[in-house]
Amino acid sequence: MQTRRQKFKKSYLLYSFKRDKVAMVSFSILALLLLAALFAPLLAPYNPYDPTVIDIMDSELPPSWMEEGEPRFFLGTDIQGRDLVSTMLYGLRISVLIGIGAVILQAVIGISVGLTAGYLGGKIDAVLMRIADVQLSFSTLMVAIIVSAIVQLSFGVGRYEQLAVPILIVIIGIAEWPQYARTVRASVLGEKNKEYVEAARVVGLDSRRIMFSHILPNTLSPVLVISTVQVANAVMSEAALSFLGLGMPVSKPSIGSLIDAGFEYIFSGAWWITFFPAVLLIVFILVINLLGDWLRDVLNPKLYKG
Amino acid sequence: MSLLEVKNLEVSFALRHGDLVALNDVSFTLDKRERLGVVGESGAGKSVTGFAVINLISKPGRISKGEILFDGQRLDQLSEKEMREIRGNRISMIFQDPMMTLNPVLTIGTQMVETLKAHRKISTQEAREIAISKLELVHIPSPERRLTQYPHEFSGGMRQRIIIAIALITEPAIIIADEPTTALDVTIQAEIMDLLTELCNSQDMGLMLITHDLGVVAEVTERVLVMYAGKIIENAKTADLVANPMHPYTKGLMNALPGHGTCDRDNRLQQIPGSMPNLTEIAPGCSFHPRCDFCQDICKETAPELRKIAGSGDRLVSCHFPVGEQVQ
Repeated sequence: MQTRRQKFKKSYLLYSFKRDKVAMVSFSILALLLLAALFAPLLAPYNPYDPTVIDIMDSELPPSWMEEGEPRFFLGTDIQGRDLVSTMLYGLRISVLIGIGAVILQAVIGISVGLTAGYLGGKIDAVLMRIADVQLSFSTLMVAIIVSAIVQLSFGVGRYEQLAVPILIVIIGIAEWPQYARTVRASVLGEKNKEYVEAARVVGLDSRRIMFSHILPNTLSPVLVISTVQVANAVMSEAALSFLGLGMPVSKPSIGSLIDAGFEYIFSGAWWITFFPAVLLIVFILVINLLGDWLRDVLNPKLYKG
Repeated sequence: MSLLEVKNLEVSFALRHGDLVALNDVSFTLDKRERLGVVGESGAGKSVTGFAVINLISKPGRISKGEILFDGQRLDQLSEKEMREIRGNRISMIFQDPMMTLNPVLTIGTQMVETLKAHRKISTQEAREIAISKLELVHIPSPERRLTQYPHEFSGGMRQRIIIAIALITEPAIIIADEPTTALDVTIQAEIMDLLTELCNSQDMGLMLITHDLGVVAEVTERVLVMYAGKIIENAKTADLVANPMHPYTKGLMNALPGHGTCDRDNRLQQIPGSMPNLTEIAPGCSFHPRCDFCQDICKETAPELRKIAGSGDRLVSCHFPVGEQVQ
C-alpha cells in the first residue's frame, strides 16, 4: 500500500515539474510572494495601518541607495510617509486575498451554472448560457465598475471603506463567472454521454449527485487551469479598479491603489511609489500565468511533448 | 404471478417525420431464478427492451403502449423519483463495456458505497463492509485493498466483476445484463457467465441476458426471446429452441453458427441473405419476408401473430409457416 506521499513522489506531475525550469522558478517566486503576503505583519518593518508610526515629515523619501534616501526606508516612502516595503507587503496580502476570494466565488457560481446548463440541457441550458453570453458581451471591467459604483452609492463611502475587501470579492466574482460557466459546460457536454454517467443513472442516483460527484471530478483539469489564470485576472481587475479609484481606499491600499496613489507624483520625481508596486504586480501576475501554462500542458496529455 | 411481466409493450421514438416504433407488442415474463436470453441482430430492440424495463429510455423515446409489472407494480406509471427507488435497487443493469461504465476518477469503493447509500440509510462503514462482502462474492481477491483502487488499476474481467458487484450490492430481484461479455475475451467471457449463473441461483435473482451470441444463450439461459425488427418472433425454452428452431430466422441464425445444422468443416458457413430492414421502412406483412427462404404470398401481405404452436409445449412463434409444424 502506497502512502499519498510516495504516490506524489512518483507522479508525472512532480516529474514534469522538476524538468521544467520555468515552472520551478515561477513556483518558487510565487511561493515566496505568497509567504511574504501571509506573514506580512512579521516581515514588514512598520505597520502601515497604524497612524502612530506614520510621520508626515517622512513623506516622499526616495529609496535608501539614492541621495536623500534614509536607511530606515529601503524602498523609500509614499506620499503619506508610509514605508513602501511594508505597504507593499500589506498591499500584496490584500490583493491576494481579493484575488483568491473572487476566484472561489467565480468558481462556485460558474461551476454550478455550467454543470446545470450542460447536464440538464434544453431550455435551462439556453437561458443560463444566454445570461452568460450577455454578460460576456460587456467588458468585465465595465461590469465591475457599474456594480462597484452602485455598491458605493448604496453603502456610502464611509461604510464602503470598511467593507471594501468583501465587496471587491463579490464585484470581481460576479464580473467573471461566465468564464467558468462556459469552460465547465463545454467539458460537461463531452462527459455526459459517456457510459459511466448512464451507469450512474441506472444505479438510481439523482441528477444532482451525478452532476457533482461523477461529472464534476472529470471536468476538473480545465477548471484548475483557468483557476490559475483567473487568480491573476482577479488581482489585475482589482488593481485596475483601485487605479480608477473604485477599489481599496488609500488608508488600506492594495497593490493597485498603491500604483494609483503614486501615479500623481510620478512626474514630480517620486517615481518609486508607482514603480515598485507595479513591478511587484507584474512579477506576481507573470509567475501565475507561467504556472498556469505549465499546468495546462501537464494536464492535457494531447500536448505531451515527450 | 411472475416477478416481471411485460405486456404488449410498445416503445416509440418521436422523430421529425413521425413516430418510429422501436418495440412492437413485446410481451414476456421473467420469474425468480429464471435466466432469460434476449437475442437478435443490432437494432432489433434488445437493449431498448432492457432500458424500457427500468424506464430509462432516453428522449425522444417513450413507452407508448403496454404495461410493465414488477412485483405487481406498474413500473411504466411510476414517477422519476419512485423509479429511482427501483432502479439499481430492485432491478440492476450491467453494460457491455466495463472500461467505460466505471467512473475513472473515483475509487471503486466510493462508487460502491455511493450506490448503496443512495438506496439505504446506513453508515459509510457498514456500506464498506457490504461492498467487501460483494467483492468476495464475485471472487475478487483481497477486497479491502481493492476498494481503495481506481478503475484503471483493474483488468477488463476484474472490472466487469466489479460492475456485477455494484449491481449486486443492493440485492436486486432482477439483473439485466446488456451484452455483458461482448468486450471481453472468450475465457473471461466464460468466467463471467458462470459467475452470473451461480449468482442467480445463490441470490435468488432473475437474469435477463441481452446478447447477440447464441452460444452464450444456449449455455446460460433457460428461455430465449428471439427479436427481429422490434418484435419477438420466437419465445421458447432454450433447449427446444437450440434443438429445433421453428422460426425461419432462428433457424437461419442457428445455421450460421459454426458446427451447427448443416455447417461443418467442409462447407461454407450459411448466412441469412440481406440485412435487417431499417425500422422506418418496414415492408407490410411479415418483417422478415424479404429474407425468408419459405416466403409465400400471405407473408407479404399479413403480419403473422405470435401464436402457440400445437405440439411444441409453451413455445410461441410468429410465422405463417413455422419450420417443422405438422400441417393438417
